[in-house]
Amino acid sequence: MTVIDEPSFASAGTDEGGQELRSRSELTSKELLREAGAVLRMSESEAAALADVQQDVGEDQSMIINMGPQHPSTHGVLRLMLELQGETVLRCKPIIGYLHTGMEKTAEQLTYMQGGTNVTRMDYLSPLNNELVFSMAVEKLLGIEGDIPERAVWMRMLLSELNRMSSHILFLATNGMDIGAISMMLYGWREREEVLRFFQKVTGLRMNHNFIRPGGLAADLPPGWRDDVLDILEMLPDRLDEYDTLMTGQPIWRERLQGVGVITAREAVALGATGPILRSTGVPWDLRRDMPYLRYDDLEFDVVVGSYGDAYDRYAIRLNEIRESMRIVYQILDKMPKGDYRIQDKKVTPPPRARIDESMEALIHHFKIFTEGFKVPEGEVYVAIESPRGEIGCYIASDGSSKPYRMHMRAPSFVNIQSMPHMMRGSLIADAVAVISSVDPVLGEVDR
Amino acid sequence: MSDSTEQGHETAETLHGFPVVQSRGQKVLLVDRASYVQVLKKLADDSFDMCIDLTAVDYLLMPDRTVGVGVAPERYELVVNLLSMTRRERLRVRVQVPESDTTMPSLFDLHPGTEAMEREVFDMFGITFDGHPDMTRILMPEDWDGHPLRKDYEVGRIPVQFKGAPA
Amino acid sequence: MGIVQNVLDDGIAGLQHNFVTARLEDLVKWSRSRSSWGVTFGLACCAIEMMGTGAPHYDLARFGMEVFRASPRQADIMIVAGRVSQKMSPVLRQVYDQMMEPKWVISMGVCASSGGMFNNYAIVQGVDQIVPVDVYAPGCPPTPETLIHAIETLHQLIEDGELMRRREANSGGAGVHLELPTEAAAAVSVALGTK
Repeated sequence: MTVIDEPSFASAGTDEGGQELRSRSELTSKELLREAGAVLRMSESEAAALADVQQDVGEDQSMIINMGPQHPSTHGVLRLMLELQGETVLRCKPIIGYLHTGMEKTAEQLTYMQGGTNVTRMDYLSPLNNELVFSMAVEKLLGIEGDIPERAVWMRMLLSELNRMSSHILFLATNGMDIGAISMMLYGWREREEVLRFFQKVTGLRMNHNFIRPGGLAADLPPGWRDDVLDILEMLPDRLDEYDTLMTGQPIWRERLQGVGVITAREAVALGATGPILRSTGVPWDLRRDMPYLRYDDLEFDVVVGSYGDAYDRYAIRLNEIRESMRIVYQILDKMPKGDYRIQDKKVTPPPRARIDESMEALIHHFKIFTEGFKVPEGEVYVAIESPRGEIGCYIASDGSSKPYRMHMRAPSFVNIQSMPHMMRGSLIADAVAVISSVDPVLGEVDR
Repeated sequence: MSDSTEQGHETAETLHGFPVVQSRGQKVLLVDRASYVQVLKKLADDSFDMCIDLTAVDYLLMPDRTVGVGVAPERYELVVNLLSMTRRERLRVRVQVPESDTTMPSLFDLHPGTEAMEREVFDMFGITFDGHPDMTRILMPEDWDGHPLRKDYEVGRIPVQFKGAPA
Repeated sequence: MGIVQNVLDDGIAGLQHNFVTARLEDLVKWSRSRSSWGVTFGLACCAIEMMGTGAPHYDLARFGMEVFRASPRQADIMIVAGRVSQKMSPVLRQVYDQMMEPKWVISMGVCASSGGMFNNYAIVQGVDQIVPVDVYAPGCPPTPETLIHAIETLHQLIEDGELMRRREANSGGAGVHLELPTEAAAAVSVALGTK
């Protein structure tokens, strides 16, 4: 029986201590079973059969290597410890924390008005969704969630759907590049630029907008926005068909993604995975339809569901979700009401700048809101919406002051990453790259 | 099982023997530590099979808060958010964790998705979970001292000097 | 031959016709500034804007930087794009050390330059605490135009030789010393009639 040296991570300069994967021979069979059995909730005998993945009896030549945190896959600073036998991945452990920013601690120092700037940088690919869920949680605590003007609600939906489109386009780009279709990277960014240009026109920034605030939005849509949105919507369908031709039907693409990273519905639910991962297993769960927020129950759209739970399904789901989002945006364009872009409660939203010169009261309100902040009554609340990656939730506990006592974001990627080892088990390293890419994690929200 | 009697401004509703309160229209179940896993098992059988979120709050600066009827507030509170897909309902479970004994039973066997969440609570608050397969830090470096999200842990600001500001 | 023997004895300094030395150095700096490749060190939101800068609309390829090498041994510029956490800082230093001289660092975004809006326990307050930075690009995130401006500033500094001169003062660098024969260059330009 070969004895494996304790893998020396000293060269890495970081001491991971208890996070190192201990080699297989050191673990008892009970622990191995537990690792396979507890998660899958299968009977012990089935789990034991599963634990035997291509292992030579009597020989234990598995190798533990490190992938990341700096590696060419464009998913940020994720570090994977892979236990390999040749090219086959036996076990995998994602190690995170390389982007931990202390955002939840910072949130306790910022007022509710400033909270958007903090929260928006968590999932930096869909920043408006982060701001939306934070604002919705604050509004629920304030008790004003029913008083938000119609136009503000519809504007929020418009921005959220456009953000979903830009996030999924980026997924197509990075997924393509990880699999090898490098030109897809260039095409994806080209599409994204159009959407970002619209965001810059509306919010002032290309990314990390801080536009959706408690009480409504920061400003109204600029004149001519309808034409800009229609330009985007007219340009996209042809391009999406191009990507269908380039990727969906292509034999190489299919072979690389079909059957790779399979996860079953029970596993996904047990692991708390939501979003495209859950939908790819066949579970038709989408918060926009099943627990509607904003005015999604007034809109008609389909929830795209896969059947095999593999990476190909997730790719196809996201591609078609772009089409569904386009459908939604057309409906929003038709139904966008006139009105205020924010609630008129002067204690919550600042007055228009012009009024400050005229009214003392407006000046005082402006001053109070921007320096001290508005006070939120005591209580705790959890609000969740459907972000491109799954269910993003915001849990706020308030102590009656103008800053959150505790703000916690339930980040979908944080939970989805737990499903990665199960998807990678028994596959090759090249498939590991495809799996990471199909989970589409954003390390900003994983580490917060 | 809900049993509503009129007791002033609160109806005393219970679920599996523990009080239920309403928080901004959301149902919250207040459970004690001893029956925590048992109640969650019953809830999982009762269609709340997805554990969406597990986090904690350090109520050091709010010692006189009211939690619910007959529930004594402690320093830490563990908050578990559950989702029932069949009933399209959410339920929140809150457990008080005393400062003197910051251990909790782990939900890993029931909801494997809590593995990373419980590690984060350990890392940020110092609450350990018995029965967790890998109780190590997840966000901070392995050898970090202290638990950052506790209220007695400083933010760690460095003083920023602005040009032209009085020294 | 006299010339060859001089070079064998004294190296490049043995060349009597110094205008070749001066031009060679300029040529080296010129080519370095126009073909510097970056190492992939995108961390957070700034990484997305960095990728956007490499994308067709803003196109870094026209500045010679279309390729981002994954291996630090093959790269010249490290663009630290994003917030550097405590756990990531040893990795940052290790990647920087693995790069071969000459190497430069652009600190992209406010989080990399100074800690940005995150003045707390988790973020290193400026990567210049870990690696020497040549150009700081502000913004949260910097738009692709800002990043291109930062890159072009760096290229200009490389081409002017500013950075190599500073490195010599600290006795850094890979030990490649190109003498600047100032008097000889002036003498040559007079002889060629350019002055």
